[in-house]
Amino acid sequence: MTATRTDHSLLPADLSVHDDPHPPAAVRLEQVSKDFGDTSRPPVLDRIDLTVASGEFVCLVGASGCGKSTLLSIIAGLDAPTSGTVEVAAGHPALMVEEPALFPWLDAGQNVELALRLRGVPRGARGGEARRLLDLVHLDGASAKRVHELSGGMRQRVALARALAQEGRVLLMDEPFAALDAITRDVMHDELTRIWQDTGLSVLFVTHNVREAVRLGQRVVLLSSRPGRVVREWTVSIPQPRRIEDPAVGDLSTEITEHLRREIVRHGR
Amino acid sequence: MAADTDPSDVRALEAGLDALDSLVTPVASNRTRAAWSAFWPTAAAVVVFGGVWQAVALAGLRPSYALPSPADVWTAFVVAAQDGSGVRAVGLSLERGGLGFAISVVVGVLLGTTLATAPLLRRALGPIVSGLQSLPSVAWVPAALIWFQLSNAAIFTVVLLGAIPSIVNGLLAGVDQVSPLFLRVGQVLGASGWTRIRYVLLPGALPGFLAGLKQGWAFAWRSLMAAELISSSPRLGTGLGQLLDLGRQTNDMSLVIAAILLIFAVGMAIELAVFSPLERKVLRARGLTGPGGR
Ligand SMILES: Nc1ncnc2c1ncn2[C@@H]1O[C@H](COP(=O)(O)OP(=O)(O)O)[C@@H](O)[C@H]1O
Ligand SMILES: [Mg+2]
Repeated sequence: MTATRTDHSLLPADLSVHDDPHPPAAVRLEQVSKDFGDTSRPPVLDRIDLTVASGEFVCLVGASGCGKSTLLSIIAGLDAPTSGTVEVAAGHPALMVEEPALFPWLDAGQNVELALRLRGVPRGARGGEARRLLDLVHLDGASAKRVHELSGGMRQRVALARALAQEGRVLLMDEPFAALDAITRDVMHDELTRIWQDTGLSVLFVTHNVREAVRLGQRVVLLSSRPGRVVREWTVSIPQPRRIEDPAVGDLSTEITEHLRREIVRHGR
Repeated sequence: MAADTDPSDVRALEAGLDALDSLVTPVASNRTRAAWSAFWPTAAAVVVFGGVWQAVALAGLRPSYALPSPADVWTAFVVAAQDGSGVRAVGLSLERGGLGFAISVVVGVLLGTTLATAPLLRRALGPIVSGLQSLPSVAWVPAALIWFQLSNAAIFTVVLLGAIPSIVNGLLAGVDQVSPLFLRVGQVLGASGWTRIRYVLLPGALPGFLAGLKQGWAFAWRSLMAAELISSSPRLGTGLGQLLDLGRQTNDMSLVIAAILLIFAVGMAIELAVFSPLERKVLRARGLTGPGGR
């Protein structure tokens, strides 16, 4: 097994700055491969190189089943790569998925507080910090609400507040808005952009919705399927705040979709 | 355009969406009326049953020592209440049942948590604990009497062996029902070892655990009655089971029936006063409605 996870916070400061051949990145994958033991098919991920710079917002797009969730699980430490190295900057990366998965036995505020508690925040500081995070996602009045009393969009915002409570410098998002209606999703895009700009977090955002990727990301990375490889990437220079219906967003989305389709057609042959 | 209606203001937009899309808790309908509509069919059935019973007794088809009338039973009941023997019997049995159940809960939670977190141990002991659930605990009475003679220890042994398997199984079933999604979230949040058990596994398992507790109480109460009935001795005092045996020895059918009704009433009362409200509260807090709705 060559897979290693490096925690930059454990290195002496001067060593990580001067002796490291690369500048510190939030996430760095080198030659990461993954198969689930089935050798009759190409590997799910095949020698992926991917770097997310500190404070960068990167979107990963690809067809269903191309290994996007697998890649995020590996970065989150929930799964191990078959080979390759994974480096994540200080702190446990936070992961948000399509289902908000809030604990139904806690109210909204307690869900956020639990993340703080598991991070080791002392009891006295948790309440105020949870309130600040809920306020950040504009849910200051909903702290005492039970999960089932919240709408889908509100749940996903509590999940975002909980992810922010982990205080990792990296936020991994796996199609977090796929289950929301278009209007709510649009609002969540504004919300996420604002929070990213305010906090300086590094975000790796997975989606199969190309327009969403162009709306949000500074960089869009296209992944192929079986074997999953980085096919191409685009730098998005449209200034924020963008809107999903901006013509410039539409133009770039059309171009990326063209490449995505080509990848999918290649599989039909 | 006024600031509070500016559609580009995300906070205002969200407030609008939240208000439109949140669950509106329906205004609680008339509680007494709901309780009455649940209660009267049962009450009517009891009244009809009592009427038929009284009629059959009056018809004299059977001698009254074999089939006393409801009035005879009521008299036996009043006598037992007035001379204090009935109250003492209920008190003693409740004390034994409560203590036995409390010990069962402690042992059951420790054992259940251990099995839930040690896969090999669970594979070894899980099927045995499940199987024990279907073993009538009265089968333990002779063994308990040989080990502990006629003593409270024998009675508690039977109660514990009756209740613990249900509680362990309830906890294990609850743990199995915890969504893998929650376990994953717990892992992402950094829960592991004890914090994983404390903050994810046990709270997630609570509904299943409560169902196990309810069944555990029913089994504890049954086991206690079996144990008291068989180990009736002056040294052990007179619990409800011993009251039952007293009725049998003195051929007092009215006392037997009165004791049966008391055993039934106490078991039901605990279930209705303790376990049902607890279960309803937990399920409602999670947005799940319990059996019986709302
Ligand atoms: N635990 C697993 N065991 C075997 N195959 C898996 C497992 N998890 C995912 N896969 C396979 O890996 C591929 C990529 O899955 P996934 O990462 O979920 O794709 P995506 O998120 O891009 O839709 C799929 O073909 C899927 O069947
Ligand atoms: Mg996926």
